[in-house]
Amino acid sequence: MGVLKTAGTITRRTFLIGSAAIAGGVAFGTYLAKKPIDNPLLDDLEEGEAGITPFVKIGPNGITLITPRADKGQGAYSMQANLIAEELDIDPATATITPGMPGPAYYNGAVMSEGVPFPAYDESKLAETARNFMAVPAKLLQIQMTGGSSTVPDLFDRLRSAGAVARETLKEAAARQYGIPRAELRTEDGQVILPDGTTINYTALAAAAAAIEPVTDVTLRDPSAWTRLGKRDLPRTDMVAKCTGTEVYGIDVQIDDMVYASVCANPGIGGDVLGYDEAAALSMRGVQQVVPVKHGVGVIASNTWYAFEAIKALNCQWGPGPYPKNSAAIWEALDAAVDNEDHYDHRQRNEGDIEGALADAQTEGGVLEASYRVPYLAHAPMEPMNAIVRINDDSVEIWTGTQIPLFVRDKAAQISGVDRSRVLVYAQPMGGSFGHKLEMTHVEQAVELALAVKGTPVKMTWSREEDMTHDYPRPAGVARARGTVDNGQVTGFDLSVGQSAMAPSWFGRLTGMTVPGPDATITTGSWDQPFAIPHYRVTGYRAPDMVPVSSWRSVGASGNGFFHDTWLDELIHAAGADPLEERIRLCSHDTSRKVLEAVGALADWSGPSVGDGRGRGVAFCLSFGVPTAQIIDVTHTGDGIRVDKAFIVADVGTVLDPTNIEAQLFGGLIYGLSHAINSELTYENYAPQQTNYHAYEGLRLYQTPDVTVKVLENGHRIRGIGEPGLPPAAPALGNAIFAATGQRIREMPFYKHIDFI
Amino acid sequence: MKLTVDGTSYEADVPADMPLLWVLRDELGITGPKYGCGIAQCGACTVHVNGLAVRSCQLPVGSLNGDVTTIQGLGSPEAMHAVQEAWVEHQVAQCGYCQSGQIMQAASLLTLNSDPDDEQINTVMSGNLCRCGTYPRIRAAVKTAALKLNRA
Ligand code: FES
Ligand code: FES
Repeated sequence: MGVLKTAGTITRRTFLIGSAAIAGGVAFGTYLAKKPIDNPLLDDLEEGEAGITPFVKIGPNGITLITPRADKGQGAYSMQANLIAEELDIDPATATITPGMPGPAYYNGAVMSEGVPFPAYDESKLAETARNFMAVPAKLLQIQMTGGSSTVPDLFDRLRSAGAVARETLKEAAARQYGIPRAELRTEDGQVILPDGTTINYTALAAAAAAIEPVTDVTLRDPSAWTRLGKRDLPRTDMVAKCTGTEVYGIDVQIDDMVYASVCANPGIGGDVLGYDEAAALSMRGVQQVVPVKHGVGVIASNTWYAFEAIKALNCQWGPGPYPKNSAAIWEALDAAVDNEDHYDHRQRNEGDIEGALADAQTEGGVLEASYRVPYLAHAPMEPMNAIVRINDDSVEIWTGTQIPLFVRDKAAQISGVDRSRVLVYAQPMGGSFGHKLEMTHVEQAVELALAVKGTPVKMTWSREEDMTHDYPRPAGVARARGTVDNGQVTGFDLSVGQSAMAPSWFGRLTGMTVPGPDATITTGSWDQPFAIPHYRVTGYRAPDMVPVSSWRSVGASGNGFFHDTWLDELIHAAGADPLEERIRLCSHDTSRKVLEAVGALADWSGPSVGDGRGRGVAFCLSFGVPTAQIIDVTHTGDGIRVDKAFIVADVGTVLDPTNIEAQLFGGLIYGLSHAINSELTYENYAPQQTNYHAYEGLRLYQTPDVTVKVLENGHRIRGIGEPGLPPAAPALGNAIFAATGQRIREMPFYKHIDFI
Repeated sequence: MKLTVDGTSYEADVPADMPLLWVLRDELGITGPKYGCGIAQCGACTVHVNGLAVRSCQLPVGSLNGDVTTIQGLGSPEAMHAVQEAWVEHQVAQCGYCQSGQIMQAASLLTLNSDPDDEQINTVMSGNLCRCGTYPRIRAAVKTAALKLNRA
């Protein structure tokens, strides 16, 4: 373990802040990184079953595909199954699809690849080498995580290879059995086909395949030969279950003899419990036990509703939270950090001579300035946090939807004192996440409750109110911008962003480790945009840690996309240029420029103003390597702003599931518009004031625009699509409102400044 | 207390003020209807009582005055209801957690109005929240479902 530990210290830092990946990586040599990881399926096979790779298990009764990346609604299980099936030649509908048990073989080699200090549009050899190299520490650290739109980039080759290895091994087994060279055999629909047309089911070959060395020198099929991937009619494997109420989410799992529970914890996260009325709760129907948990208290009852009711009766008294008491104090701290050298964190973009340009403009009276704000945001997926935990003398079992199964395993081991090899995490499909399930406080609480009733499974469910008020939110942020224009062009762009650091807050909770160094998420989405502005600077300032914060769909780009693109729009307007034309002129990256051109063509762009209270806004953000442009049309009606239409163009490199990509892109747009228009967390007395959807509404059907989506494939790498649809939505809307009304909105949510239908 | 759900009769030993949602989920083990908010804001818990949509998180089981149909009684994977078929055709679901409620709401709408216009779809379906933002496909799927039902 010594080697791994050292490697861990170096690379965790690299992962979080994007320092020199190559310098950190060389230290391990390549031996550990190349060494194959044991196939976990081999430990657990029934008689006659073959676990040909960690991703494919075949037995006499059927085929199981292991899809280790979590499904939170983005279609990950379906995508992973289809990647294997494409090479294995089966219909995934005929297989069992399961995330399997978490383990080192399922490390995520791509989640760290954009943690390198190169912007995504940098396609130089050095940048690419650094990105590829990040798979090495991910493997060594056993990072099995779902996030960063990384599932497809990570598994595109690995799962197809797994399918191909399994297929060739099955053919080899048949070849030996029938004395025919493997090259003369074909496969189709879960069968090996002999030259004379005889078919043998894979399942009948499982035992023989298990007895031979897997065939590993396989060549992946050319995309032109694909029969599933890239096809418009490729259905999601989970669609029928989700439309018939038969999909079993974490919250639906039922274990024999389980009891039900809920908790309430101090909404001033990390604050003390001063007292509660235990007797009142115990006297209520169905209540079995009141159990203290960290920073809170739980109730075990014979159904969830009894537990919810008893929680209300506890009437908990809370101590102060360990951060400023209310929103006013939080904004003050954020405002004080920006442009304050004591809070300087990093500057990854500094081109030309911005100070000189601003000084020159000053003497001519032409410095443009603005400031922006984005609030704390809850993730608020529809399925509230829940977990079932059963603890026996020497084992812990956990059923929960999670993006971080190995962190869950280790934390449960720590709390229960059971060795982590005896902690089993059964990952469940999630009713949404948006980053919420990169946290695990709820599992820790469920473990504490289960320890109080050893041997009995405890199903712990947060009420919506508990979920809203214990969300580790997207950080609030502020930005100050200055700029110059000259001769119809944008010439100077200076953006200072102030925010609490996200990565150390989150990683600290997961591991107890501190994370030294700067926090790249403060400027992700603004420092790394593909524009060639002569004088161009982006600086991150780190506000003190306040409300504990986390990853929220599109992470840093969720706020920075708004700051960067809105400010660009303001400068373009000041220059008197066309918003789309000037973005295209400034764009320094081919793939991105084509995206901008395509969105203009898709929307038939002819300028921002389209007459009688109507306006159009264009916005662009490169996030997770996906250049994404959106155009939004609005009308200023007597009843407020109506969002009429949205056009989205993105480049993902290679399209695997067009129907799902389209859904992820407009889903990202709608999630972005929801928060841009009407959602925020405000704090009073350390607690969020928004406790349920009535105060945190998001978009509803009647407010949803018609959407048109187009996906391009010019990019040189395959990309994931769960997040990039979001960042351009808020600026495109704000820019459209400006075009329609002349009012520039610089603070989210916009409804504080203008009415919406 | 007796109740009929998806054609089966049950006897549940629960207080009259317990919301139907939790009787279904925790007492009867029928988990198609989902808990999202508990305060009539999201629609994830929508079921039919006597064929029309109600928010089961708001209905005390003691005031139930008819048979309950849940998403699992509307159709099954092997024999889907027209609305479910339309949902699959349009590949509506993302996380899918809200979709039981969306589908039950849409089926109820189409029972009352076999050919709703955009305005009517907007009005009736806007009580159902979808955090994944599947709304554009919900809109299209309701129209397809209407066609299917009218053809049948
Ligand atoms: S759970 Fe009933 S409306 Fe939300
Ligand atoms: S599909 Fe996820 S909430 Fe609607």
